[in-house]
Amino acid sequence: MTEQFEPLIIGFTCNWCSYRAADLAGTSRKQYPPNIRLIRLMCSGRLSPEFVLKALQGGADGVMITGCHPGECHYLEQNFKALRRFALLKRVLAQMGIEPERVRLVWASAAEGVHLAQEITDMVEAVRALGPLDWAGVASNGSAHAIPAAEIVGEEVSA
Amino acid sequence: MKYGYYPGCSLERNAKAYHQSAMAVAPLLGLEFVEVEDWNCCGATEVIAVDQMAAYALIARNLALAAEQNGNGHLVAPCSACFLNLSKADHYMIESPELAEKVNTALAAGDLHYEPGTVKTSHLLQVITEAVGLEAIAEKVTKPLYGLRVAPYYGCLIVRPGFEKKYDDYEYPTVLDDLMKTLGSEVVDFPLKAHCCGGHMTQISEPVAMELIRRLLHNAAEYEADLIVTLCPMCQFNLDAFQDNVNKYFGTDYHIPILYFTQLMGLAFGLSPDELGIGTEFVSARPALDKILSEAPTKEKPKRPPKEALPMPSLGGEG
Amino acid sequence: MTEERIGVYVCHCGSNIAGVVDVEGVAEWAREALKDRGVVIARDNKFMCSTLGQELIENDIEKEGLTRVVVAACSPHLHEGTFRTACQRAGLNPYLCELVSIREHVSWVHKDKAVATQKAKAIISGGVERVALHEPLEPLHVPIHSSTLIVGGGIAGIQAALEIADSGYPVYLVEREPSIGGHMAQFDKTFPTLDCAACILTPKMATVGSHPNINLLTWSEVEQVDGYVGNFTVTIRKKARYVNTDLCTGCGICEEKCPKKVVDEVFEAGLGYRKAVYTPFPQAVPKYPVIDVDNCTYFEKGTCKACEKFCPTGAIDFEQEDEVIQVEVGNIILATGFDLFDARRISQYGYGRLANVFTSLEFERMCNAAGPTNGEIVLRDGVTKPESVAIIHCVGSRDKNYNNYCSVICCMASLKFAHLVEERTGAEVYNFYIDMRTAFKDYDEFYQRVLEEGAHFVRGRVAEVTDAARMPGEEGKLIVQAEDTLIGKQRRIPVDMVVLAAGLEPRHDSKEVAHKFGISCSANGWFIEKHPKLDPVATMTEGIFIAGVAQGPKDIPASVAQGAAASARVLGRIQQGEIALEPVRASVIEERCSGCRICNNLCPFNAISFDEEKKVSVINAALCQGCGTCVAACPSNAITGTQFSNEQVLAQLNGLLMLNVANGHGAVTEAERVPA
Repeated sequence: MTEQFEPLIIGFTCNWCSYRAADLAGTSRKQYPPNIRLIRLMCSGRLSPEFVLKALQGGADGVMITGCHPGECHYLEQNFKALRRFALLKRVLAQMGIEPERVRLVWASAAEGVHLAQEITDMVEAVRALGPLDWAGVASNGSAHAIPAAEIVGEEVSA
Repeated sequence: MKYGYYPGCSLERNAKAYHQSAMAVAPLLGLEFVEVEDWNCCGATEVIAVDQMAAYALIARNLALAAEQNGNGHLVAPCSACFLNLSKADHYMIESPELAEKVNTALAAGDLHYEPGTVKTSHLLQVITEAVGLEAIAEKVTKPLYGLRVAPYYGCLIVRPGFEKKYDDYEYPTVLDDLMKTLGSEVVDFPLKAHCCGGHMTQISEPVAMELIRRLLHNAAEYEADLIVTLCPMCQFNLDAFQDNVNKYFGTDYHIPILYFTQLMGLAFGLSPDELGIGTEFVSARPALDKILSEAPTKEKPKRPPKEALPMPSLGGEG
Repeated sequence: MTEERIGVYVCHCGSNIAGVVDVEGVAEWAREALKDRGVVIARDNKFMCSTLGQELIENDIEKEGLTRVVVAACSPHLHEGTFRTACQRAGLNPYLCELVSIREHVSWVHKDKAVATQKAKAIISGGVERVALHEPLEPLHVPIHSSTLIVGGGIAGIQAALEIADSGYPVYLVEREPSIGGHMAQFDKTFPTLDCAACILTPKMATVGSHPNINLLTWSEVEQVDGYVGNFTVTIRKKARYVNTDLCTGCGICEEKCPKKVVDEVFEAGLGYRKAVYTPFPQAVPKYPVIDVDNCTYFEKGTCKACEKFCPTGAIDFEQEDEVIQVEVGNIILATGFDLFDARRISQYGYGRLANVFTSLEFERMCNAAGPTNGEIVLRDGVTKPESVAIIHCVGSRDKNYNNYCSVICCMASLKFAHLVEERTGAEVYNFYIDMRTAFKDYDEFYQRVLEEGAHFVRGRVAEVTDAARMPGEEGKLIVQAEDTLIGKQRRIPVDMVVLAAGLEPRHDSKEVAHKFGISCSANGWFIEKHPKLDPVATMTEGIFIAGVAQGPKDIPASVAQGAAASARVLGRIQQGEIALEPVRASVIEERCSGCRICNNLCPFNAISFDEEKKVSVINAALCQGCGTCVAACPSNAITGTQFSNEQVLAQLNGLLMLNVANGHGAVTEAERVPA
């Protein structure tokens, strides 16, 4: 058997929508790859970019950030703040030479268990294709690997 | 504002009056129309039914030429079918990269290439009402068409289907009505104004076409229109050239002239009928135009509705 | 290295978890590998949530002196409360217990046992790292003011107001129009019993008007809401009626003498008239009229004053001004109702253009004996009786182009109209429908009755209503063209009158209202309930409830039930006198705060303010809902959130990555994979 690279992805879920979506995937027995491990936050707005960086530094190959759909945040509008931070975070990561596909933002309502499972499956494959994250290399070489801003500008996350 | 001008085949022949009047009126509104060189037929409604791929390539050739020749990407088509075909082809090429690729392969044979989305096609009416605007038009009106009862007829292709954004209501458009009011005429709001004129059914199944045309004429006559104003050569032709056939077919006696909106605009701007191609139509417009008054007719005091009558829903504010 | 004594409990959940995860192995691993991380005891059990399972934890807390507990089982949304309570019973602060999910997130979604077991270990490691940093917390106790604010005086609001007032507690009922009654007051008969709407509604309205516990504020609107559950301060603007209610006797002479007639767009749905000084309908509660300043001759030109001249008690006061008051309430119920879909948007139905096309509300007013035609069903000329009537269902509902949803009540209303037409005019009736939605008590029987009465039903969406006659028999009529899908043919049916069963839409300002009260609206504009199945009258915002059509289209019995349900919830709160709020919230560490104020604008609950003297930001713990956005935003790490502090989250992260376990990288090694 060939040794396939198994990426490790850390997922941040919001207590109200996306965590419940993950629960729903469970109750529906919708299978998805085990490469993801979830952390519960009360709201996607709680996500500090430092969490993402620490995750990548600590050995994760990718990070998924999830939350309620814009307009449906339990705390009214905090997922918009998460969206803003995410946009900036992507640029910072690109500057460091970390591929944009390693950090993904997904909106999932409490009813979208299947959708979330599908997103996780897609992301695992996408990160698998990128290979393991060489954090040490990134941290030392920095801007040598920087990805041009033009490639990440205008990326949309559909509501 | 400079526009690429795509006349289409009918404007060279049976709709020559449309072309003539459009060209007469455009400079007065500050519009510069430059005919696309070496344009080809848009395929109307026939080609696309026979061979879709060939049809799109045919249409896209015009888009490619227009893009090349007019840097700002604005193209105007007076004929509704041409307008629809040009915008449709562009829209589908944007949606489907495979189609765009195939079309460009065909275009390459003639050393042409079209990047989907480069050219924005507008109908002539659209350009006049949107780019110029009714206020600017009102300023140019020197001989208002007082007392002339005009029935605006849109035909179907200008409002349906709507790509990108809707151009006026699909079922009950009012843009041409507003333009005619600006020219001083009395607008007859007849309900079949966006119903089909029969199109090419005159060639394919005459009885069907005759019935469709009869309905339109009947409805306009019911509403006591002096004149029907159109914006599509096909509609004009069907209603005008076939009016006699309709009369013979159904034993009716319609004599409703059918003119293009640009012809009426020209008259209101003070141009002579000859300059606008008036006189070339089958059903003579002379008797109707003679009805134009030199002064605004005195407005009839609105009759007081009888005490028992219930109010109509107000057209503004909350319903 | 922590000084805490952590107990780890791994649940089998029967075979739900144990069937995939090696639960005993995991417990054993926790005992050994996490010893240095504070774990002193690790057990596995078939059903941790059972009494036996809970007792395991309680005994260990007492005997082993546990200071922290981690349970690896199902979702915290199910049993976090159970285990927290168990800890509390044993004397351990409930917030020192963490439940991590290895069922919904592991055993139910993965098949590979080795990998699943590895992931379960990582998740437990995350829980252990985290729980060591938890702090004991006490819920915030907040007193509940015994007054209640109800916004909206329709049937739902009226029901809620009566329930609470009858229980002996004060209610402020705020209504935007001059009288309560809502849309129900406009109806003629209600389905399926054909009870007269006014007859069943007006007694309730009268009770509300004279109830000692109800402070009725009509012709008023809420301007601002401050505070939090149990302690709301609401600013209400009482618009000037220009009538002194202390002197007014409701005799109605002012209305009689007023020379200015205006189309009544609200109560008469545009079908009738009222005067510039008016009460919307004879049974209005309160009976005091209002002056419509936009149409009053005095306010326009300074002349007339007929009402003032003729008023026997001198109650007209042109100098009256709006009055702004503030009230303190403990709970709020929003029962603001709906607006009717604007049928002019569907131009092919001709509403607004063709005289004899009416909407359902216009038709209700027509049928109403106190309406503009005294209950006679007539055409727009006010005189002619129709000989044939078409009723079109689903106007603006179940339609991708307008509103996707079903408006619930239109089928029954259309059947009611069909019945009334037959009864009063003997005209032929044609109902054009897509599906017949007659699901509730006695509804389908009503449908069958109307069928027997001879109404014609055409299953097909109407394409067009036109006056362009095409065939003999169509002259002078309105022609309804539809495909009769049951026979597969196009039909043109000439009728004299068309009634459009227009759909229900949220109030045009529902989004602003939601924002004002701090609740959310769905994309359509209906207020969002806490849980669509299990909690339809509460919202995510503590202390604010919703009832009636404001939550979504429904009929009168359902609106009444929701009004009563909301009032029951409020009464429960008032009874308890205080409410315990979850202590998950943020607070500012003053020494670290630099006063940059980045956090101030981030809070949608306005919980963060700035102390001008100390030059630091301050968080009101009662207003804070614990989302943590400010915690993440603070550049100085000056804001900490309980239960979700940076340290706790990062510790959990380290645990998930197995960073604190010897040989722990998260990636699965070859040896751990089960052979394919």
